[in-house]
Amino acid sequence: MNSYQTFSSHVRDNSPVALVTVIEGPHVGATMVVTPAGIVGGSLGNPDIDRIVARDALGELEAGRTSVRHYGPHGESTPEDLIDTETVRIFVESFSPPPLMWIFGAVDFTAALARVAKVLGYHVTVCDAREVFATRRRFPMADEVKVTWPTPMFTENGHRLSSRDAICILTHDPKFDVPAIQGALATSAGYIGVMGSRKTHAKRLERMAEVGITSAADLARIHSPIGLDLGGRTPEETAISIVGEIIATRTGRNASPLGASDGAIH
Amino acid sequence: MRELLTDIDRWQADGKRVAIARIIDIEGSGPRGAGAAMAVNQDGEVSGSVSGGCVESAVVSEALAILSGEQPSRVVTFGYSDDEAFAVGLTCGGIIHLFIQPLEW
Repeated sequence: MNSYQTFSSHVRDNSPVALVTVIEGPHVGATMVVTPAGIVGGSLGNPDIDRIVARDALGELEAGRTSVRHYGPHGESTPEDLIDTETVRIFVESFSPPPLMWIFGAVDFTAALARVAKVLGYHVTVCDAREVFATRRRFPMADEVKVTWPTPMFTENGHRLSSRDAICILTHDPKFDVPAIQGALATSAGYIGVMGSRKTHAKRLERMAEVGITSAADLARIHSPIGLDLGGRTPEETAISIVGEIIATRTGRNASPLGASDGAIH
Repeated sequence: MRELLTDIDRWQADGKRVAIARIIDIEGSGPRGAGAAMAVNQDGEVSGSVSGGCVESAVVSEALAILSGEQPSRVVTFGYSDDEAFAVGLTCGGIIHLFIQPLEW
């Protein structure tokens, strides 16, 4: 297997991999493949630089960062060592597994949201306790369909969720949504959204208070009613408003039209 | 690059040579960030994109020159289209630095 095949099989398996390429200096174009297990393919042209760059690439990979780094010809990286020496510029590109989206409730909105989430590169899991609704046939676009209650789902898999990941609770069933919210709050998920009208939301707040979800910090993490105010009605329009809110939450923007504001776009 | 793998695999299976162009850095405004990539095969077929369509055709010419050996693998920069320093640019006024190389690793 050549380096490209090793690299592409890691990307396809959603296992973390960094692609490291000399872009300036000796051996331009030399490429190395690094995973948490170490160097798994290729070389930058000398064992010293391979070892040092692999160590740094692993740090970048863990942080999910892509960057250009500078070294001396033998991997020197302290600024004093780089004075009056030829510099090797190296591009470190991290390929992290895709972010996760868990959607609770196997409803029509779920199919539309799963489709839009796939466009954005999410690994989508649909979860519902009702066997007749949570089927692969209804959600062929989802990566996984799980017939289970929220509590066991979070107990078994909740530790996998990080700040990049999103939880969307689309069921209106009190038996289902409050346990899902409780489970979601116990994870590190970056986005928790819960569907429902303002009336449903008000009633749900009462039921949440009954089970002890009252802290301002917890309530601030919950986006409900879910989505941005786009005025849409269809499942597809609603899905766009939900992912719009997820993006704005991640970037910390207020999602107003760019035409109505000043300042840098990116 | 993830989205290019299927096309690259198909081209390589057909015995075609392939160049890849990746954004390594961006200054100012730009539609795609570092890591955005496109692949070009020896026949000039393209997969993926590195901007909003502003520089893709110039990237294809560079990639073909690198595949044919006229140019070495190298960093290519595209900037303001109204600046004489750059023949092709981004309408949004940003500068992108791409590394283009044959896929021979």
